[in-house]
Amino acid sequence: MNIVVPVKLVPDLVEDLEIDESGITLDTSWLRLILNEVDEHALEQALLLKEAHGGTASVISLDGEGVDDVLFSSAAKGVDHLIKLTGLEFGDDLNNHAVARLYGAIVERLEPELVLIGVQAHNDLDGSLGPLLAEYVGMPYVGYVSGITVTDGKCRVLKEYPGGLIAEMDVVLPAVLGVQAAEAPPRYVAISRIRQAMKTVSLDEQAAADPDSGGGPTIDSMFKPETGERATMIAGDEEEVAAKIVDLLGELGKV
Amino acid sequence: MNQDIHVVVEHLRGQVADITYVALAAARGLAAGSGGSLAAVLLGHNDEGLAGDLGADRVLYIDDPALADFNPEHYAGALTELISADPPRCVLFGDTSMGAETAGILSARLDLPLVSRCRSVDTANGALSFVSQICGGKILVEGALPEPVSLVTMVPGHYQPEEGRGAVAPEVIQTSISPRVAGRVTFNAYLEPAVGDIDISSVSVLVAVGRGIANEDNVEMAEELAEALGGAVCGSRPVVDQGWLPTTRMVGKSGKRVKPDVYLALGISGAPEHVEGMSGSELTIAVNTDVGAPIFDVAQYGSDVDLLDLLPVLIEQVQAAKEG
Ligand SMILES: Cc1cc2nc3c(=O)[nH]c(=O)nc-3n(C[C@H](O)[C@H](O)[C@H](O)COP(=O)(O)OP(=O)(O)OC[C@H]3O[C@@H](n4cnc5c(N)ncnc54)[C@H](O)[C@@H]3O)c2cc1C
Repeated sequence: MNIVVPVKLVPDLVEDLEIDESGITLDTSWLRLILNEVDEHALEQALLLKEAHGGTASVISLDGEGVDDVLFSSAAKGVDHLIKLTGLEFGDDLNNHAVARLYGAIVERLEPELVLIGVQAHNDLDGSLGPLLAEYVGMPYVGYVSGITVTDGKCRVLKEYPGGLIAEMDVVLPAVLGVQAAEAPPRYVAISRIRQAMKTVSLDEQAAADPDSGGGPTIDSMFKPETGERATMIAGDEEEVAAKIVDLLGELGKV
Repeated sequence: MNQDIHVVVEHLRGQVADITYVALAAARGLAAGSGGSLAAVLLGHNDEGLAGDLGADRVLYIDDPALADFNPEHYAGALTELISADPPRCVLFGDTSMGAETAGILSARLDLPLVSRCRSVDTANGALSFVSQICGGKILVEGALPEPVSLVTMVPGHYQPEEGRGAVAPEVIQTSISPRVAGRVTFNAYLEPAVGDIDISSVSVLVAVGRGIANEDNVEMAEELAEALGGAVCGSRPVVDQGWLPTTRMVGKSGKRVKPDVYLALGISGAPEHVEGMSGSELTIAVNTDVGAPIFDVAQYGSDVDLLDLLPVLIEQVQAAKEG
């Protein structure tokens, strides 16, 4: 079973985000990019399926700060084939329609049975990658998936709805699935094994085609939301904070 | 081509989702600006009864056995025909498990621009615009809704669902469309959420833990605090995905919506997907070492002490107060 995991790196929300002078894009000079959290789950699910059924797992990424680390750490976890599209970077003005077309062209060449992709990313402005990619390569798509079982060219997926309700669906392969959560938490890998991978695994660098961003909106302005009333911060150390919380609970008759 | 605004109705087992009413409220303004009418598009099988309180000028109803339960292929197939036959100015969906993928498939298939995560839409001088919320709500993006046809997915927060309900039942127009079924995706069954656990949506004091709780052992401290307060522990998605709490305890977009008297948010950043499930709490107290965390926009009280230092002290003080 050959599985492809196309990934996206996104700004780390722990850092302060700044808007650049143009007023329509993030200032990338200080931006720290990390792997989209649900892509980690897609990767983990791919490794679990590979372990169960054999075959190969490939990861595709655009270029950019931090991408090599992401690729080598996925190799250390068990990914066989690392594909890096060069000439374009995350942070360039590429919308998801453009990235889906670029990744789609690679997926068509690899002809996998399954494409697993994070169900969304926090900076998606023109839809998430998965359904766009699926349609461009002519495969079916189901998203919000948190369980995948493969038997006889078909897979059975668990699709999440709000409140914990799940729909069980059958999807004919090849297919693209938007992963919400892997069946096990994403595995950790020791730095030493990542360093090892850097020495032994090679990146398959492929020049990206000219991007086509058709299908997304044009941004007129980008701004930070006006913050309404912020929480009253309780001063003091944990003893004082605890005392104030107990007071608040007391006022509501909870202690 | 016309100037109408369509809202695709999201429903699950006989109930219309709140996000549909939110989208109808947004669409009402758009229709006023575009000069078109507002149509709710209902896909289903024997589901005509759901049309009654949709706040739309009319309901376009597509009835087919293949639409009895949500199936992205069948929804996209039926909507492809509807939109192609007479393209409206905008089609609104929820940015949800059903809406996001339907809109994405249609955007690529019909080559129609898609704007996701819209918090609000507006019209000025007949020009239709959007405000989208990205980067966990830290950044807002404004732009024009591309002409002539835009697909839009809505997130909750700006419009009240009540604004999207109608006082009189709209006219229901049965269409002759039936989805072309390719048979690549088949719906089998619903799997019910586990029962037997407590229902966190009916608990009055919730101790909510996020990734800041750091490991499974620390969750026990939260349990102890909840017990002392006669409440229960719940958590954010990562805590559940780690297996530290059962799915029944998840709060947010994919979990439960809760409205307790007190929501004590410990080590939770306040991502929109989490806040969606707890913003109705009477009193929220947040503890997070990052003073810039968005949870402090939702909470009435907060502290940036380390939750792992706070928990033992708080347990002790709560127990003392109860005895005293
Ligand atoms: C389709 C979809 C649906 C989703 N549905 C949900 C949902 O239903 N519910 C949900 O919760 N999430 C949901 N998410 C995930 C959501 O986007 C966030 O990733 C998640 O809510 C973050 O959880 P968190 O706040 O616990 O973790 P983080 O965002 O990592 O925040 C941890 C916080 O803990 C603080 N912290 C760390 N250590 C300490 C300490 N010692 N003391 C005090 N503070 C500390 C940090 O400053 C940080 O702010 C969904 C995501 C997707 C893509």
